[in-house]
Formats: sequence, structure tokens, C-alpha cells
Amino acid sequence: MTTSTVLPRAPMSAPDDRRPRRRASLMGSLTWVVLWLFIVVLVASVAVVVIGSFADRTGSGWLPASYTAKWYAAAWQDFGVGGLLGNTVVVAIVVVVISLAIGIPTAYVLARQSFAGKRLLLGLFLLPQVIPTFTYAIPLATLVYALQLNNTLVGVIIVNLVPSIPFAVLVLIPFVEQIDPRVEQAARMSGAGTIQVFGRILAPLMVPGLLAAGVLILVRVVGQFELTFLVAGPDSQTLVIALYAAATQSGIVSLQEIETMAVVYALTTLILLMISLRFVDPTTAAAGGRTRVR
Amino acid sequence: MTTSAAERRDLGSWIRARGYTPTVWLVLPGVLFMVVFFIYPVIYGLNLSFQGRSGGISAYLDFFTNQFPHDSGSFQTLWTTLALALPSALICLVLAVPIAWRLRRGVRGVRVLTAIVMIPMTLGSVFVAEALNTLLGPAGWLNRLLLMLNLIHEPLRLTGNFTGVLIALVLTGFPFSFLLMLGFAAGIDPSLDRAASILGAGPTQRFWRIDLPLLLPGITITFALSFVLAFAVFPSATLLGNDAGPTRVLSKVAYQEYSNGNYANASATAVIMAVAQLIVLAIVFLIRGRLYRGSTAGGKG
Repeated sequence: MTTSTVLPRAPMSAPDDRRPRRRASLMGSLTWVVLWLFIVVLVASVAVVVIGSFADRTGSGWLPASYTAKWYAAAWQDFGVGGLLGNTVVVAIVVVVISLAIGIPTAYVLARQSFAGKRLLLGLFLLPQVIPTFTYAIPLATLVYALQLNNTLVGVIIVNLVPSIPFAVLVLIPFVEQIDPRVEQAARMSGAGTIQVFGRILAPLMVPGLLAAGVLILVRVVGQFELTFLVAGPDSQTLVIALYAAATQSGIVSLQEIETMAVVYALTTLILLMISLRFVDPTTAAAGGRTRVR
Repeated sequence: MTTSAAERRDLGSWIRARGYTPTVWLVLPGVLFMVVFFIYPVIYGLNLSFQGRSGGISAYLDFFTNQFPHDSGSFQTLWTTLALALPSALICLVLAVPIAWRLRRGVRGVRVLTAIVMIPMTLGSVFVAEALNTLLGPAGWLNRLLLMLNLIHEPLRLTGNFTGVLIALVLTGFPFSFLLMLGFAAGIDPSLDRAASILGAGPTQRFWRIDLPLLLPGITITFALSFVLAFAVFPSATLLGNDAGPTRVLSKVAYQEYSNGNYANASATAVIMAVAQLIVLAIVFLIRGRLYRGSTAGGKG
């Protein structure tokens, strides 16, 4: 470690950039072409829905004949978008916070300690990831009904925690494994207690993992369909449930109104993601919290 | 007094001998939650699946002999679901690994790029299905463009069938694989790369001989998670495919039986879904167990 930091950087990268450059760029350019193709399809998909949501009448050309914003007012009224937005944000944030709070200590123990029954516990956290949502969603919904938590936000939060907590554990384990145990041993030898080791040694080193896990859980919860669908009622619906309901009624609900709901839903998730990306910088994650010093 | 203290010490050492240090009890909140809200429902559902028409395994037999009252071809949906999920997970991985590897040190504008790539994840399957229906439809922008360029003479049929659902799965699955792979790729110590480069390895060699072997555990996890994601396909199969036939998937069958009150049939379908998925994952993790797993930090030597 020490030697590599002392070595000057320039002489090292010079031979690196010379000869093999051409071969690398061939493979590289293919990578970039695929990436750009993906982005073009993506931008076009979004454009189509956004343009559709503003279309007064669907034209026969590339673009609609005239534009209007009336579908937004209509959708806000018909679907109660305000309440849907509130439900979605509350559920997503509560689930992310609880999942990470439970996930960090669990992932730490499973990555570092060895004890009787550890494999069994690993299996317990792996199982919800490896069996389909429907397998437990249907009986889980029955349980939530029995507890009289159906059509409440608490019920929606509970069912969303079931896949989220093990997901956090599973994503965080490799990140704990990547941390050199000697760092932690050194801290303990210098007199740090468990809380200090977690707060001042592990958590900063695990930041890339925590952020990755947090963002992935957030997005999964906002888009979670089956579980929420089975326990949510009119007062505890999230946006995606309302959107699916609209999309399956394409004969009754106008196409523009469906696309309006899609835009509102997409915008919500996008804003939530932007806010999390303010805290999460994928490039800091790329530095692994190891080399980058701000 | 003395005996009980000795007993207590014995019990304490018995517990500690099995590795139950005080730290281990940190798993308790997570485990308790999972037992109540996951294990119990699963057992309940399993029990329900053996209460078909004539008890025992009759619900399972009905599935494999296509005798569900609301699904004429339930057995075929098993193959349809696999035929959608396996290729889409593989395509996502093949796209994600080289791109994540290239971005692991960060290039200029990587934040914007990552944000754009992650858009489909935020959009969700319902949005993507809706958008692709319009974009890839007979009068959509893609067919207009190809017709205009004289590359085709009649519109391609990309929606309402298998192709449409597969495209949707790749589009929604890729960001997920990409973000996970970026995390794993970033965890590799740069000094390993530098050491290899000092010893004369070019970028291609470094990718195949240093980074890819270190990434393999991450790759298997990523493949497993994106397969699981695709295997549960439900909204896009209905909205973008044709769930009366070619893209009728397992979850659709389970939901159909459930909403018609055939809870035993629904549970049996869900169990079959779980078993099929577990078989695929068992193969993946069998491979993972044979791979290097440990610190990706460079040592002193």
C-alpha cells in the first residue's frame, strides 16, 4: 500500500497508454456504441410519452396536430394524484431507512462472524430474493388482512420491507467483505468500541455500498407492483398501482390521460432519484472511499 | 449459589463455543422480522397449495396437465417465462460488465451518464411498456424511421408479442445490472491494475486476467438478481405482449387463479414458479462457490 502511493504517477501511466491503446479502443468503441444506442432508445421512449400526454388529438404524422395541458388537470382530479404522491414518498423513505438500519448490522455479522447456524441465516435472507414475489405475496396479504392493516400505509410499508431488508443485507455483504479486516482490528486495538467501529470505520468505508443499496431499494419500492397491489386500498395506493389501473382500462381511460399518469409517476421517481443522487455520487463510489479525498 | 454460577458459566461457554459472541446478536431484529412476515406466510402458502380440487398434489397435477379452470395452457407458461427471463438477464450482463468496467475510475460526465442510464429503473415496467408500445408500434417512430430510410418495406411487428416483452425486460433490467456491476468494479483496488500494467499487461489483458476474475463473484450475484427480476415479469407481459397466448407468463396464471378465488391453484403455481427459479439460481451459485471470494484490496506483497 505504502509503496504504491509513494511511486510517482506519470511514469506509470505513460507505458500504459502506448501500444495497447488501439486494441483497447476497438473494444471500447463497441461499448460506447451500445451505450449510446441504449440512451437514444431511452430518450425516444420518454419523448413519446411526454409528447403524447400533451397531445390534443393524436395526429397521423410524427407529432400530434395540436397541444394542450388539459389532461393533467383531468388526471389530477380523476386519480387524486396529490394523495398518491404523498403515499409514495412516505412509503419509500420509511422503507429505505428501516432497511438500511436493520441491514448494516446484519450484513456485518454475516460477512465477518462465524457461528453455528450462519448458513441457515444466510439462506433466510437469500430466500426472498430467490423466490418469486408472488410466492409469498399472496399469503402475506392474507396476514396483513388478518392484522387489519390492509388499506393502511403501515401495511404497505410492512409488505415492502419483506423484500427490502434481505436485499439490503445481500448487497451490503460483499461491501463488508471488501473492507480489509486489519483496518477494523487496528481500530479495535486502538481502543474503539463496537459503536465506534461501526460509526467511524465501517460506515465511511461502506458508503458506496450503502448508497447503492439505498438508491436501489428506493427505486424498487416506488416501482413495487405485486406486493403493494395486493394490500393497498383506495386510501393507501401508490402511484404505480394507479398507473397500472389506468393502463389496463385503456378503453375507458383516454390514451392521453394514461400517458399523463405515466409522466407524473416518472417525474416523481426521477425527483426522488435526483435527491438521493445529491447524497450519492457514483464517482465517489468509484473511488471506493479509498483514494478520493475531497 | 456456587453451583448456579458454575452452571451459568457452563452455559455461557457452551454458547460462546458455537460462535455466539455478543456481536452476533445484532442479527436479531432482522431475523425476527423475516420469521414473522416471510417464513410464516411462505409456510401458510405451501400448505394451501396442497388443498386443490381433490387434495394432495392435485393442484400441481392440474397445472402440468393444463386443467386449471381459467388457464388452458398453464404448463406452456413455465417455458415462456424461462425463455424471457434467461436471455434478458444474460443480455443485461453482457452489456453491463464492459461499461461498468470502463467507468469504474470515473470518466468525464460519468454522473450524467449514470443518471441517464438509470432512467428506466425509475420509470418502472409500466411506464416502459406504455412507451415502447407507442415507440415500437406499427405507426411508431422506429418503424417510420426504418421505412423512411428504405431499410424495410412494411412495419416490423415488435409489440403485442414475445420480442416486445424481451426488449422491455432488457431496457428495465440493464440499469439494475449496471449499477450493481459499477459498485463491484469500483471495489477493486486500482493498485492491482497498476501492478499489472507495470508488469506489461495492456488494458485488454488486465480486463481478462485481473479484473474479470475479481469481478466474477459480483457477476454471478448480478446475473442472479436480474434473472429474478425478469422471471417475475407481469405488467409488461400484459401491456406490451399478448397475455392470452405467446407471452402468458407464470405470474399471470397465479394472479388469474387468485383473483378467481382458486387459492390452492394460485399457491401451487407460485410454488412451481419458486422451484423453477431456485433450480436456475442453484446452478448459478454452485458456480459462484467455486470462485475466488475475498478482499479485493491489494496486499503489500
